[in-house]
Amino acid sequence: MIRAIVLIAVGTLLGGAALAEEGGIAVQRSEADIGNVASLQRGARNFMNYCSGCHSLKYLRYNRMGDDLDIPPSELKNLMFYPGAKPFDGIQTAMPADAEAWFGKQPPDLSLMARARGVDYIYSYLRGFYQDPTRPWGVNNLYLPSTAMPHVLVELQGLQKPVYKNEKDGNNNDHMVLTGTEPMAAGLMKPEEYDAFVRDIANFLDYAGEPVKDKRQSMGVFVTLFLLVFFVFAYLLKKEYWKDVH
Amino acid sequence: MAAGPESAPTGSGGGFLGWIDQRFPLTKLWKEQVSEYYAPKNFNFWYYFGVISLVVLVNQLVTGIFLTMAYKPSAQEAFGSIEYIMRDVEWGWLIRYMHTTGASAFFIVVYLHMFRALLYGSARKPRELIWIFGCLIFLLLMAEAFMGYVLPWGNMSYWGAQVIVSLFSSLPYIGGALVEWIRGDYYIADATLNRFFALHVAALPLALVFLVIAHLMALHEVGSNNPDGIEIKKLKGPNGHPLDGIPFHPYYTVKDLVGVAGFLLLFFGVIFFAPTFGGLFLESPNFEPANPLQTPPHIAPVWYFTPFYAMLRAVPSFLGTQVWGVLVMGASIAVLFALPWLDRSPVKSIRYRGPIYKVMLAIFAVSFILLAVCGLKPPAGIYPMLARVCTVLYFAFFILMPFYTKMEKTKPVPERVTAHD
Repeated sequence: MIRAIVLIAVGTLLGGAALAEEGGIAVQRSEADIGNVASLQRGARNFMNYCSGCHSLKYLRYNRMGDDLDIPPSELKNLMFYPGAKPFDGIQTAMPADAEAWFGKQPPDLSLMARARGVDYIYSYLRGFYQDPTRPWGVNNLYLPSTAMPHVLVELQGLQKPVYKNEKDGNNNDHMVLTGTEPMAAGLMKPEEYDAFVRDIANFLDYAGEPVKDKRQSMGVFVTLFLLVFFVFAYLLKKEYWKDVH
Repeated sequence: MAAGPESAPTGSGGGFLGWIDQRFPLTKLWKEQVSEYYAPKNFNFWYYFGVISLVVLVNQLVTGIFLTMAYKPSAQEAFGSIEYIMRDVEWGWLIRYMHTTGASAFFIVVYLHMFRALLYGSARKPRELIWIFGCLIFLLLMAEAFMGYVLPWGNMSYWGAQVIVSLFSSLPYIGGALVEWIRGDYYIADATLNRFFALHVAALPLALVFLVIAHLMALHEVGSNNPDGIEIKKLKGPNGHPLDGIPFHPYYTVKDLVGVAGFLLLFFGVIFFAPTFGGLFLESPNFEPANPLQTPPHIAPVWYFTPFYAMLRAVPSFLGTQVWGVLVMGASIAVLFALPWLDRSPVKSIRYRGPIYKVMLAIFAVSFILLAVCGLKPPAGIYPMLARVCTVLYFAFFILMPFYTKMEKTKPVPERVTAHD
């Protein structure tokens, strides 16, 4: 009976967890791999070249990034664009404080963006810009409607245009529903190249969100193995002591 | 023999231990509480959660002390100091994950520990006070967890605190003044963070430790219940010890070691491989700093509060006030205290009860879990109605208990405990 109660309880728990997801367009899977150091290095370079003009990573120190991503000090120096930056400083941006007047909002620090929104979200967001003449920068985004950010990578990706489909609501009225994008003007990169490019950035931001993540997971394997052995010995000890309990 | 002021107390030999024993009841305490504390020999799986909650308590105290060394309790610095701990403090990330995962683990093991009492009638006479101390511990634990959740000063910390503290404003007459007094400001601010820090690291842990000691003293005074719900002290052998009892040490210390090892496997599995636990243990919006001008897309308390939060939301406002939901939420905790007197069954353990109690307990467990799901979801679709139904079922379990436990036919309880594992 108790087993039945527990089974029902666990069943409800799993069933509850699987209940309907929220609406909107589902993010694409990035397939980013935080153990891939080459990808993280490329991501760091891409970030410094295209993102760090506006976005800081204030909680990630240059030298920590250099150590973790095997970037030699000479090369690290080339990535430190911020004037007067020291190796132990957090990654700063040259964006002035009045950026809010230009963009409508201060470009956010991205140290924890991967933790707040997820690595797949960043990957999808960077692929999700489409032409929208009603917006100040002429672009909108599938995953962050009315985004304040211009499409910085448009020369690489090329411009996308939105794809709509017709849906009827309860009152039989037609509605245009945004479902995705399709290429309109080609960029410098082929679509696969561009996907790989933003995957590296997303991967790098995942690293920046939790620099210890890769180490944590590999350490976890040894901790688990140790505890398994400990569990077995504890169990044998218990069996030995309990021989005389009848 | 050491030349003591009085004749040596029982159990003390010579040497250093004898010197201590003549001045402090060390050996006496060890014998009474551990090596000659006779526990029933038939404890099963459900009896691990007491010792595991003790392990988690120690984990929270120790990791908490180390976190305090690097954390800055100010609205300006709190969020950044957490990232400092996660990135720059040696092993800071591990200490913090042990603390955050420990908070959720605490509630998991305490909920299972309380469910055990419902299975085997552990709250019943003569263990009413053990249960009441336990309920007080649960109440304090909720306050402790809530205030701890505010400290990282993320956006969910901020808005969660805003929503929960505002609940008190629905109380008539005193509401507004009370909320201002709790916050120490006209909104959740630096002053609020400071006092929550003081309560979280000093006042509440101190009270918790005292209550845990009282909980254990009361337990060791009357003796442990067991899965058969039999009082083992009724049948004693020629040596004066219960026939079905075995000394806690070494038998249960080695057995609990197995349980603790199993728990640690799961605990560190979460810490090393899924410390956010899919956004349940550490919520995604809390990785953005507190922003009084922007709410998270959907404000929900951490998972362990959601059953009670769902009950709060399930009650509609009428007579122009929301206070009814707050009262229902308060009652859902208060009713726990009455449990020892609500159960009128002649037997304690579910093993000897009839089908009605089993069905009621199953419905109760399922409603509690469904309430937790409802509390996590936005109040739309089927959830508001589901939460209402489950709230009624939650209370029905307790309010109808005097009737269904009294009328139900029970099975005969054996003299001696049944098999052990």
